[in-house]
Amino acid sequence: MSTEPKSAGCLGVAMKRKEDPRFIQGKGHYVDDISMPGMLFLSLVRSPYPHAEIKSIDISEAMQVPGVKAVITGKDLEAAGLGWLPTFHGLDKQMVLAIGKVLFQYQEVAAVFAETRAAAVDGAEAVQVDYAPLPVVADPFTAKTDEVILRPDRENKTNHIYHWEVGDKDKTATALANSPKRIKERIWFQRCHPAPLEPCGCVAHFDSMGRLQFYVTSQAPHVYRTALAIVTGIPEDKIHVVSPDLGGGFGNKVPVYPGYVCAIVGALKIGRPVKWIETRTENLTSTGFARDYHMDVEIGATADGRLTALHVATTADHGAFDAAADPTKYPAGMFGVVTGSYDFPVAHAEVDAYFTNKAPGGIAYRCSFRVTEASYAIERAMDILADELAIDPVELRRKNFVRKEQFPYPSVLGFTYDSGDYQKTLDVTLEKIGYQALLKEQVEKRARGELMGIGFSTFTEVVGAGPSKHFDILGIKMFDSAEIRIHPTGSGIVRTGTKSQGQGHETTWAQIVGEELGLDPQNIMVEEGDTDTAPYGLGTYASRSTPVAGAAIAMAARRVREKARKVAAHMLEVGEADVEWKDYKFQVKGVPAKSVTMKEVAFAAYTNMAQNEPGLEASYYYDPPNMTFPSGAYVAVVDIDRETGEVKVRRFLAVDDCGTIINPLVVEGQIHGGLTEGFAIAFMQEIQYDKEGNNLNTNFTDYLIPTSLETPAWETGKTVTPSPHHPIGAKGVGESPNVGSPAAFVNAVIDALSPLGVRHIDMPITRDKVWRAIRQAEVLTT
Amino acid sequence: MKVNVTVNGVAYEREVEARTLLAYFLREECGLTGTHVGCDTSSCGCCVVVLDSDKAVKSCSMFAAQADGHQVLTVEGLANGGTLHPLQQAFWDQHGLQCGYCTPGMLLTSIILLKHNPNPSESDIREGLAGNLCRCTGYQNIVKAVQQAAGTLGVQV
Ligand code: FES
Ligand code: FES
Repeated sequence: MSTEPKSAGCLGVAMKRKEDPRFIQGKGHYVDDISMPGMLFLSLVRSPYPHAEIKSIDISEAMQVPGVKAVITGKDLEAAGLGWLPTFHGLDKQMVLAIGKVLFQYQEVAAVFAETRAAAVDGAEAVQVDYAPLPVVADPFTAKTDEVILRPDRENKTNHIYHWEVGDKDKTATALANSPKRIKERIWFQRCHPAPLEPCGCVAHFDSMGRLQFYVTSQAPHVYRTALAIVTGIPEDKIHVVSPDLGGGFGNKVPVYPGYVCAIVGALKIGRPVKWIETRTENLTSTGFARDYHMDVEIGATADGRLTALHVATTADHGAFDAAADPTKYPAGMFGVVTGSYDFPVAHAEVDAYFTNKAPGGIAYRCSFRVTEASYAIERAMDILADELAIDPVELRRKNFVRKEQFPYPSVLGFTYDSGDYQKTLDVTLEKIGYQALLKEQVEKRARGELMGIGFSTFTEVVGAGPSKHFDILGIKMFDSAEIRIHPTGSGIVRTGTKSQGQGHETTWAQIVGEELGLDPQNIMVEEGDTDTAPYGLGTYASRSTPVAGAAIAMAARRVREKARKVAAHMLEVGEADVEWKDYKFQVKGVPAKSVTMKEVAFAAYTNMAQNEPGLEASYYYDPPNMTFPSGAYVAVVDIDRETGEVKVRRFLAVDDCGTIINPLVVEGQIHGGLTEGFAIAFMQEIQYDKEGNNLNTNFTDYLIPTSLETPAWETGKTVTPSPHHPIGAKGVGESPNVGSPAAFVNAVIDALSPLGVRHIDMPITRDKVWRAIRQAEVLTT
Repeated sequence: MKVNVTVNGVAYEREVEARTLLAYFLREECGLTGTHVGCDTSSCGCCVVVLDSDKAVKSCSMFAAQADGHQVLTVEGLANGGTLHPLQQAFWDQHGLQCGYCTPGMLLTSIILLKHNPNPSESDIREGLAGNLCRCTGYQNIVKAVQQAAGTLGVQV
């Protein structure tokens, strides 16, 4: 028997990523890298008008373009019963190709299939569409009037999509009315776009067995398979969805887009493979945008800063179709987390959503379904309240934190926060940033008229959707799954229903298996994204992979271990009850010298299993008992140039508590990336529409993404409060930095400008907005 | 038209449309899909390759015909047999990539950056990479990777 020393644990190890060798050598395999004999290219004709009747579509000229094989329109699809596509939220449907009228600029109008990429584009340009423009509704407040009804196809002739609310309306109103101090502010979270560097695309092909082989940029391949089966009527076993390497996703690759359906229809109709790869402009103008929430936030407090009530009324702009990818019961996602880290005695949140002539979406952009909006609203409003009460925003937060001993904490808006230690996390932040010294410096600077700001955000996140009793997408419960096979020589494979877009699952999943089974993670292969081989799962978005699939992996590994225990008992010649799993191996209870490693057991499982079932594998479908609630305390320090309005982020410190850390390297990378997107949203990124409904940010020269030059250097820190209900205590981290950081940036800017009387500026905080605010303040004071 | 380009030391002679961009020539004619395309406005840098060992160019902003008779280095040409190029190794060591989509362009831009400035400061690197977008990493570890390759990681420059 082996007496090998205890192998090292795998959790918390900064293991270099296993997937990297292929990416650094240009061997990644993305959708556009796929080529097939006879493959055609698809290009879409898009509407130049935000709202117009389609009088006619003339494809004759396009059909003359050399290389063009076919053109299809909305009418063709409608005739085939494929005119409309259900949206993931299930409250609405979306036109695949426009039927009768277009509802947003760049809407898909016709599909052109050709021998080459260039010929397809030429063909699309030759399609003649005669439009009769209609009045445009470019914002939800105009939509509210119902003067122009955008969606006569719907039963209810109104632009109002839904009203959602949670909490106690009357008690909140009374508490607010009785509060000695009150603030109210309209806080807008602008429309922005995830813009992964790889745009969306697919290759559709019917193989010799008539089976659809569908390669697609999808964060949720199984859900795609089911959705395609429902939409197209193709039996689900005849659909094989493969999501190869993804060049980022951030939520953009969750919905099913019209281009995908067109590619499948083209492949079926023409009998050849079809590739569709959107351009950057198509990506920014037609695929899932995020946010566009106008939030009226009202907080009540006592004169000494105890919170008494919160009310948030949101007007949401959902664009032309309600394509928000939220769970069925949660049309406004997890917006109920808007009470944040604070112990509000009473609260009420409501959301009213409207159709407008803008692109559809409302996806979770690096965010668990509207949590970013909620966190931004409460963290921004807390600063406004602190200003009103003339107390330090840190003190206001501290005074009202949910305390450590209150966990599990039932929030007034219906969540049960699993764990946290907000005080401690904040203390780490204050200490690390040197808050007292900064405050002193600020006083000195202010005396000299210099603008320096310190901004905090002490947020609570809700991720890991979610328990089946509450969460589903298109009726499919939001569990996730893992399947583990250990080979005779002690290596293995784990497959999950999730899909990495850069998060490093090939490494972190192997680490979980390594930890649970005492095997070398270098020899645990991870496979995702292939619906033929992976067990059914809901996919990767909203930081749900680690909380849900990560848990499934740990549980599947424990099943493997239980099976292995039987074989180990046989090998150790004792009863099963006498075998314990200790120091990453099986040993006879009380006799550490008598032990076997998992590697040895694996071999025996195939060669010497005695009466036990041969083989060593298990799967687990994990239905999470609760969500996980990561949290963090962030601080930004900014200096503003009074003359130019330029904001310089001098320091940014993010202290995160994401529970147990699987791989600190990967966690830190996720935080850097999320902070950069938060920074981008705070200062740069906006999809703007003019009053006529024209999209003004259609490519990377107008939709500004931070480069290495403007991106600040990030400082990070951590506290670890494990999730009590997750098998390894992990909570998920990918979206925290993006959820938590925008408020810290904005709070810092407003803090810098507060001596001038500035109370709020909507994101993105561009130089000209700051310059204007400063000039305006000067006018008022002179 | 006929175009003759030497890519990673291998000569590719192909008949292409005059409007064929170098990026698509590499990807679709040479089958070298490590060069990526991420935008239509020469903004992202996913497509950067090295021209004539001296210049980092955005291959989406060049016609294949303009590369006729020239030498091109792509990400596939970086490793020497089984040995990674020091920059590749550094990106791996420093966790300088996540989804990997920007990585080839980052690597090739960095090669030229280091060629012209073997001892770059952090701000030299940030300036040198400003034409390459990354949506995943927040750049910090990419900067560190370039510093590692330059031998200046942890050294005050
Ligand atoms: S593809 Fe974006 S710069 Fe070349
Ligand atoms: S690693 Fe994903 S874009 Fe840079």
